[in-house]
Amino acid sequence: MINGDGPSSTYPALEIDDLWKIYGRNSQDIDIDDDELLAELTRSGEAVVAVKSVSLTVEAGEVFVVMGLSGSGKSTLIRCLLRLVEPTSGRIVIGGEEVTTLGEKELTRFRRRQAAMVFQHYGLLPHRTVLENVALGLKIKGMDRAERKEKAREALEKVGLDKWARYYPGSLSGGMRQRVGIARAIVMDSPLLLMDEPFSGLDPLIRREMQDELLRLQEELHRTIFFVTHDLDEAMRLGNKMAVMKNGEVVQQGTPEEILADPADAYVARFVDDKRRQVDLADRKKTAMVKTAEGKPEAKVSGKERSDHVS
Amino acid sequence: MFPEAWRFHIAPYVNEAVQWLLHSFAPTFDRMAASITSLLGAISRGLTFIPWWAYVLFIGLAAWRATRRWTSAIILGLMPLLIGLFGLWTLAVDTLAIIIASVLLALLLGIPVGVLMAEAKGTTKFITPLLDGMQTMPSFVYLIPAMMLFGLGKVPAVFATLIYAMPPVIRLTHLGLSQVPKPVQEAAKAYGATRWQLLREVRLPLAMPSIMAGINQTTMMALSMVVVSSMIGARGLGQEVLLSINRIDVGKGFESGLSIVIMAIVIDRITQGFARRFEPHRQN
Repeated sequence: MINGDGPSSTYPALEIDDLWKIYGRNSQDIDIDDDELLAELTRSGEAVVAVKSVSLTVEAGEVFVVMGLSGSGKSTLIRCLLRLVEPTSGRIVIGGEEVTTLGEKELTRFRRRQAAMVFQHYGLLPHRTVLENVALGLKIKGMDRAERKEKAREALEKVGLDKWARYYPGSLSGGMRQRVGIARAIVMDSPLLLMDEPFSGLDPLIRREMQDELLRLQEELHRTIFFVTHDLDEAMRLGNKMAVMKNGEVVQQGTPEEILADPADAYVARFVDDKRRQVDLADRKKTAMVKTAEGKPEAKVSGKERSDHVS
Repeated sequence: MFPEAWRFHIAPYVNEAVQWLLHSFAPTFDRMAASITSLLGAISRGLTFIPWWAYVLFIGLAAWRATRRWTSAIILGLMPLLIGLFGLWTLAVDTLAIIIASVLLALLLGIPVGVLMAEAKGTTKFITPLLDGMQTMPSFVYLIPAMMLFGLGKVPAVFATLIYAMPPVIRLTHLGLSQVPKPVQEAAKAYGATRWQLLREVRLPLAMPSIMAGINQTTMMALSMVVVSSMIGARGLGQEVLLSINRIDVGKGFESGLSIVIMAIVIDRITQGFARRFEPHRQN
């Protein structure tokens, strides 16, 4: 699983150390160690703590999934990694480079080389063709026309959209648009892929297809993937490691199996209970079908629950 | 009644300021006047070089491209013939030259100001009231300083028209840029776009429909200044209207007025057709 090229193999791919993001006036001046002050500010609505003392380590080649409900701070966290949102305090190290201290020029260079991001709302340019959209990052990087078209074409082939190169994003379905988003990210050859709820806007069948596609791509590419989702199934299917976030804090970290076996608190347990119920239902259904060979299988097991069952 | 004894005038200060400008920057204004004159000259020469039938052909073709309908192509193409039949062709070309010159300058100044407003949000606080003022101030008022700074004729006309017509393109450039969807901008930023790249690759192209609407508006405003600017001696259709008013010649006034309307319709249709090419690509 170790990523062979570059200095990234000697460091963890991504290290987050005591990261905070507080929204509000003069958030830079707030003393984050003062719990009472924070509680007071939050109560009065003067400040919102979006990310609260998060520390994580992601090894190269890992698929690390951050799961949490909306408002848990996961989207803010992933945006902090590229400094699309400026963290209030803490340290982020990606590929041995301390992101949090980079100047403007270095940050631009870092974004072009070290990490590529896929967005929930795709963020595609409506006035550019699919091919041009995939080549956007390369163009920004300053790669010449012929070379970037060539690379973009290869990336489109990888996601199975080579026939759609000349179309505009407006004529594509949601799943196809997100394939374009993924192609745009992998074409960058950055060691780290950031994915912010990339499949949340898609319907369940397409979502599943896209997850398989991502797993297949990952087998081929061996990138480090930092994946954010609100969907436990998705987290379990994709992640080698996962973290559960609630109210800006990481409440549990570990492998999906560890979390399923031993939820650390009531919040995690609630997710996991849901999950177990689904698994039980599916199991009961199976046994019922075996027992009553010609009888009807248990009713009320909808297609959705079946498709959500973890294999 | 308002107390007689309470009097305070800013008129003398305004006059003094204009005088001061005139004295201290006379060479600058002369140079500006010279460049506007040569710009106008070049445009005029170009426009008079084109034969009348080429206008008819060009307008017909442009209208067809914009609307894809033969009827509107033929009607729009034949409209300018009417101006020629009224005997106002040369004057219309003069007017067209003034409009093209002022609109060109208005875009050259206005679009960057609109971009500045969108990029440096603080500047809107100062520029918006200025734009409001520019648009509400009766357009006649611009004629006085324009005349003092640039004399009589076409140059002050271009100057006054420019000031009157510039606000829409500034406003709509600013509006278009601030309505660019955030996710698209965020994606470009995440891939390491600099501010300039973001503007050129994402913001300006996506703001284009709005900017084109601004260009159309600015052109229409410039046309509506035609009669006013003829008061300071700009030759053209406006002058005919003014003459007819002085002579109480309703028929003649109607002919020149109609010619201005024809120009407005033709220019509006053509610029709108052009603007439609920048609309985002259709869904499905």
